[in-house]
Amino acid sequence: MARLVVVGHGPTAYRLIETLVDRGFGGSITVLGEEPRAAYDRVALTSYLTGKSAEDLTYPVPDGITLRLNARVTGIDRESRVVTTADGHTEPYDVLVLATGSSPFVPPVPGKDLDGCFVYRTIDDLDAIREASRGATAGVVIGGGLLGLEAADALRGLGLQTHVVEMGGWLMPRQVDEGGGAVLRGHIEALGLGVHTGAGVKEIVAGPQGRVTGLVKPDGETIEAQVVVFSAGVRPRDELARSSGLAVGERGGIVVDDGMRTSDPAIYAIGECVLHDGMVYGLVGPCFTMAEVAADRILGGEGAFARADMSTKLKLLGVEVAQFGAMDGALDVTFMDPVTGVYQKLFVSDDARTLLGGICVGDATPYNTLKPFVGRELPGAPSELLFTGGPSNMELPDDAQVCSCNNVTKGQICSAIADKGLTDVAGIKACTRAGTACGSCVPMLKQILIKSGVEVSKALCEHFAHSRAELFDIVRVRGITTFSQLITEHGTGRGCDVCKPTVASILASLGNGHILDGEQAALQDTNDHFLANIQRNGTYSVVPRIPGGEITPDKLIVIGEVARDFGLYTKITGGQRIDLFGARVEQLPLIWKRLVDAGFESGHAYGKALRTVKSCVGSTWCRYGVQDSVGLAVALELRYRGLRSPHKLKSAVSGCARECAEARGKDFGIIATEQGWNLYVGGNGGFTPRHADLFASDLSTDELIRTIDRFLMFYIRTADRLQRTSVWLENQGLDYVKEVVLEDSLGICAELEAQMERHVAGYADEWRAVLEDQDRLRRFVSFVNAPGTPDPSIAFEPERDQVKPVLIPLEAVRS
Amino acid sequence: MTVLSEDLSAGLEETGWTRVCAYADLMPERGVCALVDGHQIAVFRTFDGGLYAIGNRDPFSGAYVLSRGIVGTRAEEPTVASPMHKEVFSLVTGVCLDDPGVSVPTYRVRVAGGAVEVSLA
Repeated sequence: MARLVVVGHGPTAYRLIETLVDRGFGGSITVLGEEPRAAYDRVALTSYLTGKSAEDLTYPVPDGITLRLNARVTGIDRESRVVTTADGHTEPYDVLVLATGSSPFVPPVPGKDLDGCFVYRTIDDLDAIREASRGATAGVVIGGGLLGLEAADALRGLGLQTHVVEMGGWLMPRQVDEGGGAVLRGHIEALGLGVHTGAGVKEIVAGPQGRVTGLVKPDGETIEAQVVVFSAGVRPRDELARSSGLAVGERGGIVVDDGMRTSDPAIYAIGECVLHDGMVYGLVGPCFTMAEVAADRILGGEGAFARADMSTKLKLLGVEVAQFGAMDGALDVTFMDPVTGVYQKLFVSDDARTLLGGICVGDATPYNTLKPFVGRELPGAPSELLFTGGPSNMELPDDAQVCSCNNVTKGQICSAIADKGLTDVAGIKACTRAGTACGSCVPMLKQILIKSGVEVSKALCEHFAHSRAELFDIVRVRGITTFSQLITEHGTGRGCDVCKPTVASILASLGNGHILDGEQAALQDTNDHFLANIQRNGTYSVVPRIPGGEITPDKLIVIGEVARDFGLYTKITGGQRIDLFGARVEQLPLIWKRLVDAGFESGHAYGKALRTVKSCVGSTWCRYGVQDSVGLAVALELRYRGLRSPHKLKSAVSGCARECAEARGKDFGIIATEQGWNLYVGGNGGFTPRHADLFASDLSTDELIRTIDRFLMFYIRTADRLQRTSVWLENQGLDYVKEVVLEDSLGICAELEAQMERHVAGYADEWRAVLEDQDRLRRFVSFVNAPGTPDPSIAFEPERDQVKPVLIPLEAVRS
Repeated sequence: MTVLSEDLSAGLEETGWTRVCAYADLMPERGVCALVDGHQIAVFRTFDGGLYAIGNRDPFSGAYVLSRGIVGTRAEEPTVASPMHKEVFSLVTGVCLDDPGVSVPTYRVRVAGGAVEVSLA
């Protein structure tokens, strides 16, 4: 069995291993990573400072491989085929892959090693920068390229007055020309950043404690800063290859052939450490391709790496910047709008028919529409294409590359859509991997879907041609209060188990009295109809509300007594409450009479509604807590209790950053800060776990509640049926929802708040209302002709000192 | 149960019809369950006033719950969806429309003197 050893565990190494495992590599795989953590998404590194955790960014480690962390390889014995790590561990190999990446280049300026100087490469670097930014007021980034601007964005996000110093004559000199650089500079200065182009660094100076206080330019000007980040390019990490006698380039980089093989046939090299055909690559796309080529060769294939597309599209500091194809040509056509800060330039052949490349600043539409035409005849006159964004019926050729990160062509995407019946971008991503790395081709994927004639039906069911959101608007705007009116005027037939509960939920969200009143009762699913949760034997479970998970001993005793007296199985739920199982329908009112008398109310565990607001114990007791998380959780649970929504809503409040309440797994989660509360939205456990995104920081309690009011009501108005906030947020886009909720871009926030106020004012306990009404109570019987008779099919047997259902034997029925 | 025996003796007729409740007790588009000779029978009143009776046992889960399902239509045919896993049954034929190899029994049902009666025959 072949022993494969990989040196380095970054994205490229991850891609290699994943490809090998996917393709059934039969040997053993050992990975030696220098960092203290497994490979993570370095493209998304900056998101680590805006709410993503290290776990969010970390790639999964495939089963069956051996991963050793903190394992820096110091030597390769090519003769015996053994590598040695810094701590003396030896690892024999049959095939070795070097994926050692690159290291940031720090120019040899005086003061470069002072306390307060950083590079921008790893999660540890970011931790250190974040730490140093506390108490700092200004920062400077040395390097105005792609990574430099990303680092500048990060410093700005950390609250520092930020400067960028670039040696070249303009920003991002590798991606844009001078004209584009000037427009880009305008955007960045408008954000309040200082831009210094054509400027070197004379020295970095420190105060009496040895900490950085500023940067001195060659002209003598001093930029004050307590944080200095070097982002002046990267250098391939080829020292291991060099000391092992492998061929390396004059200016660095491990020399490889088209099959990613080094000068030693048992050793491959991939990623940023590589020199291929005189080129070193620092973009994820070509590096992934190298990983796939190496994997193919290791598996005996003939894959070959060819000079890669260096196209780039990114959004830096809110400004779209893109470059594709060549950066010069016989002719060029420029579109510039100084008012909106848009600069677009196309390079074409001397007959102006063949596209050679392009540059975009401020609006990258031409990248999306025209990049696949590089090297081909343009579908129109260049000036017209730039001015109009391209004709709408523009047809891409099938062999045009759409996703350059994963090298996927339009033809491959179209076949996947046709063969697998794909109807959305998520499906295309899963089947072809297009759009999964940098995501810049996602708009193009959408276009291809639309052009493939895929029409995703938004109809709720056979009775309504509308989506849930459309029905919500119809009901709201037209003031409809009954299902009959709605289906008569806007639907067909008499409804089903899909549309009826949906309409019931809409009517309840808009406040139409008790959910069992009048015609509404017939719309409810069995859980809402009996205000309890049906279990597999036809009995129900009961969950009283325990706001924030806080409960008095007396109330705990009542729950215990009720459970004992009715023979119910009890279990603590994940939402910090107590579930009582095994109640027959005729027992439900008797159980709830006892609970309501003791001061309990419905916990809505049966409804698509707010469930619980979980909390940690918070600053009242906990020695780490910084805010009263229990108090806030109780207030939030009481505010939103009974709120019907497209799906269940869960929340939690943590009293400090240790996050004991697991708020980031909730639809809306709150984490205390020294200054107030951070609000996270769109978290989910369940089938597709998702960490919530940071929505707003350091809110006061009033601001927090107003923001949640708006967020929830906007979700309730616009989500699909049974769509949790996580999926809804992905579909709407976090930025869009922020604009609507935080900046009131649609001008509806006052309405959303008023709607929530009506909900809060109109809340009444559903179970108390049932107990007070003989008509509603009459429905709680097993048999209409024998109201006191229990259902004879229900039986229990003991298990671990409690009851469990005796299941009715089931013949195999499904045909 | 006293009430039960009185009700049953009053409802039993030579033809085998059993009175289960007043028609007015049935909520439109909702079901109830009646216990007749040990059989659980789900009785539904549809929107147009029609009455249907099928077995209460959901054959997919084994639980006696069909009377608690949501009543609706599928292409004009009156239906009930099992509250357990939402398989839809025709109220007319008892056949599961999502899996036509599976069905539940149907029973005759009528209104007599304002009362709903079902027959096991």
